Order: sequence, then structure tokens, then C-alpha cells
Amino acid sequence: MTRRDRNARLPPYPPAMSPRTITDPGTAPRHTGPAITAECLRKRYGETQAVDGVSLEVERGEFYGILGPNGAGKTTTMELLEGLRRPDEGHARLLGTASWPRDPALLRRIGVQLQASAFFERLTAREQIRTFAALYGISEARADEMLETVGLTEKAGTREDKLSGGQAQRLSLACALVHDPELVFLDEPTTGLDPQARRNLWDLLRSSNAAGRTVVLTTHSMDEAETLCDRVAVMDHGRVLRVGPPRAMAEEAGVDSLEDLFLQLTGREYRE
Amino acid sequence: MRAFVSLSLAMARGLLRDRAAVFFTLIFPLMFLMLFGALFKDQGVEQSTLVQVGDVRVLDTMPHKTRAQLRDVLTIEKTDGSAAARRQALEKVREGDADGVVLQHGGKVELRYSAADQVRSGTVQGVLDSIVQQANQRATGQPPAYALGSTAVEDESVKPIQFLTPGLLGWAVAMGGVFGAAFNLVSWRRKRILRRLWLAPVAARSVIGARVGVNLVMAFAQTAVFLLIASLPYYGLQLTGQWWLSLPLVACGTLAFLSIGLLVGSFAKTEEAANGLAQIIILPMAFLSGSFFPLEGAPQWVRTISDVLPLKHLVAAMEAVLSRGGSWGDALPVMGGLLLFAAVLTLLASRLFRWDAA
Repeated sequence: MTRRDRNARLPPYPPAMSPRTITDPGTAPRHTGPAITAECLRKRYGETQAVDGVSLEVERGEFYGILGPNGAGKTTTMELLEGLRRPDEGHARLLGTASWPRDPALLRRIGVQLQASAFFERLTAREQIRTFAALYGISEARADEMLETVGLTEKAGTREDKLSGGQAQRLSLACALVHDPELVFLDEPTTGLDPQARRNLWDLLRSSNAAGRTVVLTTHSMDEAETLCDRVAVMDHGRVLRVGPPRAMAEEAGVDSLEDLFLQLTGREYRE
Repeated sequence: MRAFVSLSLAMARGLLRDRAAVFFTLIFPLMFLMLFGALFKDQGVEQSTLVQVGDVRVLDTMPHKTRAQLRDVLTIEKTDGSAAARRQALEKVREGDADGVVLQHGGKVELRYSAADQVRSGTVQGVLDSIVQQANQRATGQPPAYALGSTAVEDESVKPIQFLTPGLLGWAVAMGGVFGAAFNLVSWRRKRILRRLWLAPVAARSVIGARVGVNLVMAFAQTAVFLLIASLPYYGLQLTGQWWLSLPLVACGTLAFLSIGLLVGSFAKTEEAANGLAQIIILPMAFLSGSFFPLEGAPQWVRTISDVLPLKHLVAAMEAVLSRGGSWGDALPVMGGLLLFAAVLTLLASRLFRWDAA
């Protein structure tokens, strides 16, 4: 089953969230190779080998999930891919360009949503997104449009600390997408949301991906990975244990679901 | 440029919407100026109080003109000549409520004064002596052989407001700089905005420039308000010739204190720690730098310590240009020193800098 088939089965988008409003196709330069190639990434913090030889390749337009129990090295892997930290060994290329050292031209083409909501203090939703837009040289009109896309126009004048969990996550996603990046990194975007807010955010992510964007996310949630991802990488102890389309991987292993496969791969002992 | 402007706006809004920060960095120093300015306004010689027990002829027959002249210097409380009144009057002198008791035994005017304050007792003795001598002279019926002609020289002594204004303004600039940079750094690190900015195509100079810009605007606004209020007739600050040199001084001071804040912010992990650390640095520095009172009477070791504090030099140079007619010669070396200080501390802070709290 391909991504397009799966998208076709989904309920229609509400007009404000249709893929068309998320992107303006053809504005960003498209590149032809894989969106991400990582070779043998390693990172050690003191005694802990947080990432221990991760290699992966993400195709353009793919929705890619990184799964793993707490402490598996998901976040550090993301940070190495994004170029937030320098790998001890190995290297990562995004859209054909090395992500370390920091390269502003590359940063213009990628979007990042960090685990905690990284907002400027005491600014309203509109001021947040306009500030982020300005960092990328994007107009205020486009920033307001993005706010509309994530359904936060009514909350435009609300301060960052007065937003609900779901609203904060949507704002954070809007801030990550405001400059229409080709590649987006999302770190546990739906953690702590109620089912309604989660579905709402899934729709946003799916439409964003359907618009041709490559999306990489980390998650704890198996149904999130199954619903959204074309392929997932299951990680533990800083290594990638298996990569593949979620359902196909489960079938291949002879188990019912991705969750069963996950437990089979990472064991049942309690983490953290 | 747009990144710089929008980051500056974000910082300014974040600051102005934080009531506690606005109060402590903007309003609090101003309150000190208004309060200290009012408290130390009339710090001249206080009147002396003399208790007159019973009749004292030289005082009772004093001409009106002399009495009027004395009124600024001396208050005379007259009591009856009883032994009880006399005891009471002496008790007052002992307790410091009065400066002297005067009584008359025949042709002898007797003054009993307190030994506690020599300046006071000197004043009282001198005044009383002159009254007695004038009475003596009048009693001869001859015109005086010598007359004292006196005219006031314009008062050029430094009024408290002249050193309170530069001192407290320096303190305000120091607080704004240290707290501004320290809180900004710690809270952006904790909220992961630093990482988010690292992953945005924004140059470090835009981020640092925005912080410096916001602090400069704040410091200049504070300077304007301070000078305006201190110049009100009630406080009576007299600005001297090249007072505007205080502006580049404030700017260099802001950079120096921002660099202290950067160091504090690089070191501290939480806002609480940054707050404590900043207070520990600012408050003693303000006391040792003559922000609240002049250092002229301070012991040598205090002055030695204060010589290495940037605030001391800022306050001294500002006092020179604002109140003492100072010029480039007073301002330039201090500006250079402050910039050097800022450069060294910024370099140190960049060594300690961390993107995240982990």
C-alpha cells in the first residue's frame, strides 16, 4: 500500500486545512536525491553512548517515523540529523547538504518543531509566528495565513502561556512550517494531547506531507506511527533495529500490530 | 535586518509585559532617586536650640534686626527661672534635645553646653559670644570701631542631588544590563528558544544586536527620565556644560553590564539562580561604587576594591560630566575601560556558553 492510497482513504480535509493552503507548490527549489542520508552517526555523553552507529535514508516526500522506548536515542538522533549537535563520528546530509557545520542556506529549507514548545515569553500567538516568519524573511500576511491554516486565528491575541496543549502544539507546528520548508522535523508532536487535538494535528501533518514535504517525527505512539508513517525506524540502545513500512514489518514478523513488533524488538522490561 | 527588528520587538514586548521586571529595572531606581533626592534635599546645618532659663538681659533686649538674622541659626526657648525649669533644661541638653542652656547671674551670662557635638557647641558658643559682645558694644554708646561687611558667595558646593543622580542612574543602568542579559539567556535556554534560533537562518549578531539595542533604548529612556526628574525645581539638579557626554557613557556602561549578565546567564541554570547571582553582584557593587553615597569618606581598602568595579568608574565619570563640568578628558578613558571590560567578560562568557540546560 502506498502513501497516496492511504491518504485517499482518509476523510476529506476541512477547507481551512486542505493541502493547498499549506504550501505554494513550486516556490522552493526541489532537489532530487534522498531528503536525508545519515551514515554511521555516533554520539557519546560521558558514559552513555546515546547514538551508536545510526545509518538511515529518508526519501523525498516520505513520512518517516523514529520509534523507540525512552532513552533509546531518538531525540539525540534527531539532533544530530538537524545539525544541532556535532556527531562524534559519521555524518548527516539533508537535501544533499551536510547539516554540520551550521549552514543558514540549508536551515532556510528545513523546519523544526522542538519537543517543548519553544515560544518567546509573553508574546501572543500572532506575535510568535510573525517573529518566526521574520527570521526567515517571510511576510506577516503569510504568517497570519499560516495561523489560519492551523485554526488559531481566533486565538491570535492569546499569549503563549494561555494556550491549551493542543493549541500550543498547533502553533508550534505553524511556526515550524511558516517558511514552507521542504523537510520538517517533529519531536513527539502529539505528546500530552487529548484524542480530538491529536486527530486534528494528524490531519495537519498529513496534509503537510501530502503537499510534497518530507516529514520526520519521533513518537511513542504506535497508532500514530501506523496511521501517519510510510516507514518507521525502530530504535533502541542508540541503534536502529529495523526499518520498514509499519504494517509490512508487522506481517513479516508474524505479529498482529506494530506494537507487538515493537515489544518483540525492544523487550518488555520497564524503562525509566 | 528584519530578523534583528523582530527579535528586538519580541524582547522588548517580553520585558514590558513582565510587571516585576519593569518595576525592578525601570521604576525601582527612579523611586530611589525621588526618595533620596527628597530626603537629602536640605542637608545644611541644622538650627541649634538654646534654652533660656529665666531672664537673660542680652537676649531679651536684642534688637529686632539681630533677632531676625539669628532665626535661621538659633531657636531660643524661654522658660521661667525656677530651679525646676533649670534642672529640666539641663536634662534636655544631656539627652541631646537642646544644644545649650543659657542663664544670667548678675552681670555674668552663663552658657552650659553639651560636650557631645563639638561643632554644635562651637556654633552655640560663637553665636552667644557675638550677642554678648554686641550688647557690650552697644552699652558703651560709641559707634563700633570695626564693622564686618559680608556678602554671600554663590554656593558652589555639591548638593546631594548632584551625586545622587549619576550614582543612582549608574545603578539603574547596571541592573538593566545585568538582569536583561542574564534573564534573557537563561529563559531562552530553558524554553529552548536558543536551539530554535540555532536552527533558523539567523545570524548571532542579530540576536546579540537585538539584546544590546533593547538595553540601549531602555538605558537612554531611563537617563532622560532621571535627568528630567532631577532637574525639577524641587530637586534642583544643575547640569553642567557637557552633560550630554553621559549618553555615550551610559551606552558603554550598558555594554559592560550586559557582559556581566552574559557571564551570569552562561553560568546559571535557572532564573532563580540568575536572579540571586545578579543581586549578589549588583548590590555590593552599587554600595562600593558610590551609587548611594559618596565614597570620599570611605576607608582606603573600600576605595581600592571599588577601583576594579566598572560601576565606580561609570558613576565617577557621569558625576564629572553631569555635575562638575567634566569633559572628554573625564569620559573617554572610562568609556575605553568599560568597553575593554565588556570585551573580556564577553569572551569569558562565550567559553562558558551552553545551548541547553543539560
